[in-house]
Amino acid sequence: MTVIDDRLNAIRGAAPRKPHNARTLAALAANPGCRRRTLMDAAGVNKALIADRLGYGMTVGQMSSIALARGKSFEAQVKAEGGNDLLRLLRLHLDLPTAQAHYHDLNPADDDDRISARLRRSQRALEEAARASDPVGTMFDHPILQLTMNGVRVHIEPDLIAFKFGDRFHIVEIKSFPIVDGVADSGKVAAAAQQAAVYVLAMREMLQTAGLSPELVSHEVILVCPRDFSNQPVAELVDVRKPLASLRRHLTRMESIDTLLPILPPSLTFDLVLDATGQPTRSPDDLAASVAQVSARYSPDCLQSCELAGVCRAEANGTVPVLGRVVREELGGIDSIAEAIALATGGRVPDDSQREAARLLRTAYQMRQQALEAMR
Amino acid sequence: MTVMSSLARVLAAGSKTPQRVTLYRHLHVSEQPIVMVPIILAGETNAPLAVMVGSDPGQPEVIVTRQPRERAERLRFAERLAGHLLFPIASMAATTQRVDTRRPELSVRATQAPQVWVPNPAGVDYVRLLGRMTRFRSSEGPWAVAPSVRQLGIWLTWLAEQAEFADSCVLVPATRALSAVWATGQSDVEDGNLAAVMAWLAPPPGMAIIDAARRAEDPAVCPPAGPATDPTFDRLFLQPTLRDLASAATELARRQVLHRLTGMLVEQMRPTWDLVWQAIDLLGAEPPAARVARRWERQRDRFTAFHHYVSDGGYPQAKRDNAVRGAQRLAEMEQRLASFDAERAYDDPLVLADYRLAGEAFAGEVVASDPHRRVRGAQRSVTRPLVTVTTTDPVRLDVGQQVHDPSRNGQRALITSLDEATDGWIVELELQDKMGRGRAPEPGSVPAVGDEVVYTALADTFVRRGRAWPARENIPWTHGGPPPEPVPVPEDAVEDWS
Repeated sequence: MTVIDDRLNAIRGAAPRKPHNARTLAALAANPGCRRRTLMDAAGVNKALIADRLGYGMTVGQMSSIALARGKSFEAQVKAEGGNDLLRLLRLHLDLPTAQAHYHDLNPADDDDRISARLRRSQRALEEAARASDPVGTMFDHPILQLTMNGVRVHIEPDLIAFKFGDRFHIVEIKSFPIVDGVADSGKVAAAAQQAAVYVLAMREMLQTAGLSPELVSHEVILVCPRDFSNQPVAELVDVRKPLASLRRHLTRMESIDTLLPILPPSLTFDLVLDATGQPTRSPDDLAASVAQVSARYSPDCLQSCELAGVCRAEANGTVPVLGRVVREELGGIDSIAEAIALATGGRVPDDSQREAARLLRTAYQMRQQALEAMR
Repeated sequence: MTVMSSLARVLAAGSKTPQRVTLYRHLHVSEQPIVMVPIILAGETNAPLAVMVGSDPGQPEVIVTRQPRERAERLRFAERLAGHLLFPIASMAATTQRVDTRRPELSVRATQAPQVWVPNPAGVDYVRLLGRMTRFRSSEGPWAVAPSVRQLGIWLTWLAEQAEFADSCVLVPATRALSAVWATGQSDVEDGNLAAVMAWLAPPPGMAIIDAARRAEDPAVCPPAGPATDPTFDRLFLQPTLRDLASAATELARRQVLHRLTGMLVEQMRPTWDLVWQAIDLLGAEPPAARVARRWERQRDRFTAFHHYVSDGGYPQAKRDNAVRGAQRLAEMEQRLASFDAERAYDDPLVLADYRLAGEAFAGEVVASDPHRRVRGAQRSVTRPLVTVTTTDPVRLDVGQQVHDPSRNGQRALITSLDEATDGWIVELELQDKMGRGRAPEPGSVPAVGDEVVYTALADTFVRRGRAWPARENIPWTHGGPPPEPVPVPEDAVEDWS
């Protein structure tokens, strides 16, 4: 246990740790400037409970249980019979020379299987496979990977890795959104690519630590989705070099936890102080005061990816970012809505940094008034 | 989004009241709109669960699948939906009027065209996917479906394809139609939720806008506008009911479960149904812009033409466009977008303001006018009045550039000189046309001193680009070569059956 881990545990309090997953990592990379989310995720705080206690509970990124069940059954179907179906798919759609392959199950052996033990097992298996010159491929089911993120080690769990198509690792992502006539929803593919990039990066990091070439992990991931309206899987290669590059950039830009912790008060905690029945007893005001001590960077996109978004939106009320990225960029340098209106109506003299935006706003406002008056 | 609409959002947020972004409504609102509120089963590809459809706000038709997981039931669902959509389409196409046109192939125009309203853009995707799911079905062979299923697929695909064009109004997502007229004091992310937009435009009686917007985000009170359902609803209500439905042993038990299912799905759809109708009423009460009627005419022409295609036994639309079809569609999209933008700017000073801000248009006052100036043309001398305008707008036009006067039916003028004044510009223009046939210009066709005028570089003329596209059999190999003949293959009917 390091000092940082102790601090993070104190910040989380008695609640169980809510681990990162590829989805939260990808979401974090979407808004790297948000300290509040960086800290809470690093500490494993359950943000949904905090938001509930503050009265801004939201159902964010929550997947339908029906969709989850269907996703699981599709994944099971693809991986059935030791990945036989998957191999056939890769031969058929991607022309991969895979006559046969071993299947290595890295799923938890039982409920007691600790994540650290699984991580060690996965690492050993993957490194061995990387060194081996066996021409027969191996598929690794649910390995555990580790990624260092703003100074904290994070465990993640991809669906599957297939080894040695050629002499490389390929990440296989199984998703339940459809590919209709060769086209899938671009937003969903982008999200899947983001997630896969996290896996590629983690795997490369692992190989590098073991003294192997990170290039062994291909930047082309294999996306397996249902075809058209059926349950039949289809495989496509997705190039993740772009999301990989942006993820790397975000990770390096992200404030490291060890530089963030010293500027926060030592007593800071988001503990909800649960009573014997599991009900939070901490006063919302006190909790809100703690939350306010860590600055957030709200943008409406948070509403789709962060459970705390309602809290931050209420806090950002009256500022331009609440109106969206485009408005924020258009009004560059003006932060408050009241100020923007004052500049537009001429009730306020702009400072140097606002001159350009203010001139445009002022003209726009005059034209607007002119048009509206003509209408009356 | 533009500076004008960003400003409107800021003003709306500041005053806590919605603000106009256009003075007029640029969308045609049909007198017989058809509203469709679909919901689908999570996790499956556009698996229809239920839909509320119809033209009577008080009496929606409700269609619920008998078993959403069974693929055959999905097609039976489509068949029932076809019963409600194809009839209005056919009866609208049946009433036609004669039109004078230079093109011989189209001498009649349907007096009405369908206008289908869905709550949001995801509803448009639903229509597209349902069309894709049904249009290749065969009414013969081992997987035969009712002929209406295939017809429905062809029409839904047409509607969804039309919705890709900026100026189309046969398939309208309500959220987008509202946002085109009003700006709310929230971001476009929140505006994607129909209930949240309506909270700003028509909050429940006695409720403040901010409270109403907050309430709109609670899926327990305001169920999502679909097609996706609320995950909590799925977990607590839908999943157990579907389980009961699958395990119902007798027909009676099954019917009881189905009754329960219908009830809870209606509860999920009804609020959205009411909101869409409310949105239609709100928009219908807005004054339409001048060129709305003309666009609706063109839309009815397209409807009439497609109806002919379908009744002549036309094939369902291809899964993917071939190279020529794709290029044609892109060109048409660009052209229709450009003319839609120009028409809106001509009709609406608030839209035009955006172009004035960008320097592509200017408004000002006439300070000098020489209406009787004549210059020597190719054969005879012609009237070319000179008009001088002062403006405070940030003009970014060049000498020699052609501009138009929206208020004089797009009268052309050439900029002959541009001089910077102390606060703005002095622009001298030479008028080119729309002054009548006589020697002297018709009264009113040349602006007089003291008149307020507007000139813009946008042209409202409908330019049909006469590009020579290769015939389908001459598509070069660089573009995929000639596409295969569109023969319906029986496997198309098989593909979903797993």
